[in-house]
Amino acid sequence: MIRLARYLKPYMGMVLLAIVLLFAQANFDLALPDYLSRIVNVGIQQGGIENAVPLAMRESQMAKLLIFVSDEDRAAVLDAYKLIDQASPEYETAVQDYPILGTEPVYVRSAMSQEEIDRLSPVTGRAILVVSLIDRLMADPSSIPDLGADLPFDPSMIPPGADLFALLAQLPAAQLEQIKSRIGEQFALLGDRAIIQAAARPIQAEYEAVGLDTHELQTSYILGVGGVMLLLTLSAGACTIAVGFLAARTAAGAGRDIRKDLFSKVESFSSTEFDSFSTASLITRTTNDVTQIQTVIMMLRLAFFAPIMGIGGVIRALGKGGSMWWLIAVAVLTLIGLVLVVVSIAMPKFKAVQKLIDRINLVARESLSGMMVIRAFNRQAFEENRFDKANVDLTAVMLFINRVMVIMMPVMMLIMNGLAMAIIWVGAHQIAEANMQVGDMMAFIQYAMQIVMSFLMLTMLFVFLPRAAVSADRIADVLDTEPVIRDPQQPREFARATHGEIEFRRVSFRYPGAPENILRDITFTAQPGQTIGVIGPTGCGKSTLVNLIPRFYDVSEGAVLVDGVDVREVSQQDLRDRIGYIPQTGTLFSGTIESNLLYADENASAETLREAIGVAQASEFVFADELGLQAPIAQGGANVSGGQKQRLSIARALVKKPPIYIFDDSFSALDFRTDQALRAALKQKTGDSTVLIVTQRVGTIKNADQIIVLEEGRLCGVGTHHHLMECCECYREIALSQLSAEELA
Amino acid sequence: MNQRDSNKAGDRPLIGPGSGRGLMGRGGHVRMAMMGGDKPRDFKGTMARLIQYLGKYRSAVAIVLVFAVASTAAAIAGPKILGRATTKLFEGVLAELSGTGEIDFAYVGQILLTTLGLYSASALFSYIQGWIMANVSTSLAYRFRRDISLKINRLPLKYFDGTTQGEVLSRITNDVDTVNQTLSQSLTQIITSAVTVVGVLVMMLSINWLMTVVALLTIPLSGVVVTLIVKQSQKHFMRQQVYLGHINGHVEEMYGGHLVMKAFNGEERSIRTFTGLNDTLYDSAWRSQFLSGMMMPLMRFVGNVGYVAVAVTGGWLAAAGSITVGDVQALIQYVTSFTQPISQLASISNVLQQTAAAAERVFEFLDQEEEVAEAAQPVTLPKVTGQVEFRNVAFGYDPKQAVIHDFSAVAEPGKKIAIVGPTGAGKTTMVKLLMRFYDVNGGAILVDGHDIRDFCRADLRTMFGMVLQDTWLFNGTIMENIRYGRPEASDKEVISAAKTAHVDHFVRTLPDGYDMEINEEATNVSQGEKQLLTIARAVLADPSMLILDEATSSVDTRTELLIQEAMDRLMAGRTSFIIAHRLSTIRNADLILVMNDGDIVEKGRHQELLERGGFYAELYNSQFENSRPS
Repeated sequence: MIRLARYLKPYMGMVLLAIVLLFAQANFDLALPDYLSRIVNVGIQQGGIENAVPLAMRESQMAKLLIFVSDEDRAAVLDAYKLIDQASPEYETAVQDYPILGTEPVYVRSAMSQEEIDRLSPVTGRAILVVSLIDRLMADPSSIPDLGADLPFDPSMIPPGADLFALLAQLPAAQLEQIKSRIGEQFALLGDRAIIQAAARPIQAEYEAVGLDTHELQTSYILGVGGVMLLLTLSAGACTIAVGFLAARTAAGAGRDIRKDLFSKVESFSSTEFDSFSTASLITRTTNDVTQIQTVIMMLRLAFFAPIMGIGGVIRALGKGGSMWWLIAVAVLTLIGLVLVVVSIAMPKFKAVQKLIDRINLVARESLSGMMVIRAFNRQAFEENRFDKANVDLTAVMLFINRVMVIMMPVMMLIMNGLAMAIIWVGAHQIAEANMQVGDMMAFIQYAMQIVMSFLMLTMLFVFLPRAAVSADRIADVLDTEPVIRDPQQPREFARATHGEIEFRRVSFRYPGAPENILRDITFTAQPGQTIGVIGPTGCGKSTLVNLIPRFYDVSEGAVLVDGVDVREVSQQDLRDRIGYIPQTGTLFSGTIESNLLYADENASAETLREAIGVAQASEFVFADELGLQAPIAQGGANVSGGQKQRLSIARALVKKPPIYIFDDSFSALDFRTDQALRAALKQKTGDSTVLIVTQRVGTIKNADQIIVLEEGRLCGVGTHHHLMECCECYREIALSQLSAEELA
Repeated sequence: MNQRDSNKAGDRPLIGPGSGRGLMGRGGHVRMAMMGGDKPRDFKGTMARLIQYLGKYRSAVAIVLVFAVASTAAAIAGPKILGRATTKLFEGVLAELSGTGEIDFAYVGQILLTTLGLYSASALFSYIQGWIMANVSTSLAYRFRRDISLKINRLPLKYFDGTTQGEVLSRITNDVDTVNQTLSQSLTQIITSAVTVVGVLVMMLSINWLMTVVALLTIPLSGVVVTLIVKQSQKHFMRQQVYLGHINGHVEEMYGGHLVMKAFNGEERSIRTFTGLNDTLYDSAWRSQFLSGMMMPLMRFVGNVGYVAVAVTGGWLAAAGSITVGDVQALIQYVTSFTQPISQLASISNVLQQTAAAAERVFEFLDQEEEVAEAAQPVTLPKVTGQVEFRNVAFGYDPKQAVIHDFSAVAEPGKKIAIVGPTGAGKTTMVKLLMRFYDVNGGAILVDGHDIRDFCRADLRTMFGMVLQDTWLFNGTIMENIRYGRPEASDKEVISAAKTAHVDHFVRTLPDGYDMEINEEATNVSQGEKQLLTIARAVLADPSMLILDEATSSVDTRTELLIQEAMDRLMAGRTSFIIAHRLSTIRNADLILVMNDGDIVEKGRHQELLERGGFYAELYNSQFENSRPS
């Protein structure tokens, strides 16, 4: 992967921006659960009352409340409120909000900062709770039987209807102080949040007494928090979308750059590199492997996001219940263990599946391609058994993998749920010991889930990345390969007037990695305008020999010279401009017949094309079609026959009008008649050009000026047909096997 | 919450062939949904058939259903019961506070144990369900593949004129795989999602209908969002696929034709074309990725809008006193677990479309018309003399366009019939008719006086031995490949046939001799050797009549001589039809059939045909025009 990292460089800005956005997204996402729970806890449960500092209170209620507030806090409480009565200037507007003003003065909260509220809330909250407790006690003294232990009097002794508040207010200061501090101790257990939660109900009752619209209060609270929540979702969504945009641009961009470099590199390769990588593999590397990388880059945002979320979760979780971190650790380790076990069991089988699928494909392909033979020998049952065996094998492994993989989900769920339960159990004890609050425990569960999910995501990523790394390496291997055939630093120029003389000077050639030379010490010269035949049995090196001329390969020893210049000393382009090459299998490119012919020379005239088609004996089928030159050619020339492909390949080379023609067994798919007519026309057309013809057919080259006979890489004879018939044993053998003595005469 | 998040990772628990899809989470679904385009023609019919095809597994699927319901119900109930634990905890704290009690650990522990039991049960059910489903889907895939492979052998050759091997292979692998993967996973998901939706809906309705309606209002909203995005991104996905295809095409073409590209200095042009395609691909690639990535956050937004709406309604109702606060809380919790399965169901419908499209292609193949039925009372010959008669034969690959109009000829036992003609003249047509790969449209072909259609195909084909130039060997040992001609032959007989075919010596020089495995592409033996092996195979079969394709230029001279000799030995005493390339064969033939443009244009002996000065004479003379003084 590292080897391709440089392709991310141009997108570094985007990547960094994406990471920043991911941080933002993580923050929004992590904040969200809090707001969700606030809607339920505060909005619904507490009727929208967020804190225990009421917005307004009757004067009488305030008086009761103040009894239970310590002296130093009392000033702060009174400071926060303003008493409004009928004499106040604000009366007219205030009475709208607090109808009770008509009968009783009201304390209205002044504007306060959140900090002040947070500080005051436990103070007033505690007082409100005590007041409400006593209120209830007064209404029904039997309702709170156990409270007595802590009170300085026995509640059951209180006569019904007695005003406890008056009673309490009259207590000596010291005793009152003692009661207050005891209340303080007890409430400490509860935690601020719980106090607010408990105080919400009496506050709501007080609001109703004051005449405040509690419903409106609740709705506006829910809408407020809901608004923030939607804003958070929107912001997180915007971040996600923005990151998606950046990731998409980066992935597609890097993919495009890699693909382009890869393609350009491969185009610069010589046949040697093609042989060592194989064409099929190069195709896969340029297409599938690059797509794979693109997908991985797209996924990389997860690789960043998961740890950010995880760390964010850890920070928040530690803030809520630091002593329970080990629970999360155990869960994460168990999960990682599970994934590792499952993957290590399944992974080898994954590879096996690929092989077995290949096997199924192979058998199926064989039964399709051998259909006629299979039916001819009535071996359908044999094929079916063969396929069935492959099918059974594949099914068995697939079944195994599926059965192993389905264990993942249930166990993962169980671990996560188990974690939540463990947190509740351990947390309950913590709460009992007053080390933690209920709300914090709930939040801790949320964050724990978040952390576990992040680890899970990362684990998945680590399972996936190695495969992508293989693709990356395959691509990098190609990019790091330098073609062995390169233009010289200072290329020589051919003499202006080219003749097409070709000289092989003691040439030996060995394919890279091959144990021995395929061509050995070959020397001959083709004079301009000559026709040279190259013949020999399969594997004797005929094609290799002619491939050295356009420098598809470089000689291992000796030299190939064109017009007196070593082909390694001129630029490849210059050299190949002088050669018309016709490959063994006619290779056409998708487009039209015309576009294929123009491939040789973009500026060729219509007349040139027509003439080339004529010589190549292709007019018959080209012009039989009403589309003529515009007839489409499918990819790889799939829509024309082998013979037609060869003839169009020949026509293409003719369009170029080069001084050297190389026919690499280019007549093999033609029947004798076409072969003969073509050669006759060619003879006239190629005139002064040097023509090399590689063939297996003696008839094709019988009339050549020079015939080069190869056997096992050695020059076995050079000369004309008649000369070779007389003195070259290997040539005679070939000739006699193909033509009867009378035809050879 | 747990349910929702873990689904992300578990959407595709199954594995695709080497693609790594299995571990990629829900991306698979979204992509599949985005790709679109792959729609079945008859969704309902195909699904019905698929269910029927499940056959004996239908009861297993029913069990899966029960387990899925149980597992989901347990999973839904879990959080509710767990909620009681926290409530109890809270109450305990309050009680402790007011001095009236303390946290009831026994109760909390009991609830936790109950929940643990529920979750364990849910996990167990879900595993059993997954296990059964894995069995069902894997067996289904097995049966699909087996049926396709059986079908291949029953289809007439004609079918393959219009269908490439690649298409059939793609059904065996890709389509079957798609059905296998999507079925098991979407079936389970449909069940769990549906159970969740229904369960949650029932719970919600039992609490309050108004809030339920408010919650449901978001569904059409998300529908609109999904449709809009899918529509947009599908456009770019299609374009991306098209250009990916173009790029791959260009790469294949240029790499495949590398030498020609080099020879014509086409590098720059090729790179220019590539860059153009590559840039367009880039454009559509990022757009489609980007657009499909917008789906999740937007859906989440819509979901949260619903959440707030329900909360507001709930607060209002609670204040009005028509509902308790606890109920509102519960309902709001349900809303969160409601939207997830809904959007899941939406994406499953796309996956199901994929399943149906793939299944449809498989069924379509399985439904293809098979070979004409065998004769009701087939003829059997105790001894075949080998007389073959063509009686007014008419034939065309397309019945409307006859290429052979009215052809009659008789081949007496033991005679040689040469079939000649230029490339592409349709010389193999005769082979296909004789072997009954195709049936004649008019007239009849008779063997020993019986119409070949009155024989069993197997019997007829046993009478003929066939050696084609397109040699076919399979990935197995050489021994197995030769024995293909007659499975019951002993090793000795196989070796003796190899000797007759001149291939014994060659085989013995190989590393493992007769046990050497022919590799997958059959490239570890040369073309000539392959041909000799196929001759040995025909020798072993010892047929009464022969169909031969002579070796051509792709074989070197010495091997060609060997092949010729082997063929001569094989032909001795048998009626032989030879697709001839060699002058000696043609000249010695007892009957020459000259073909051009699919039709038999001339027939007769060599000398007769030459004297007639027609097509054959022209063809024959062109072969050595150079050696004649012109």
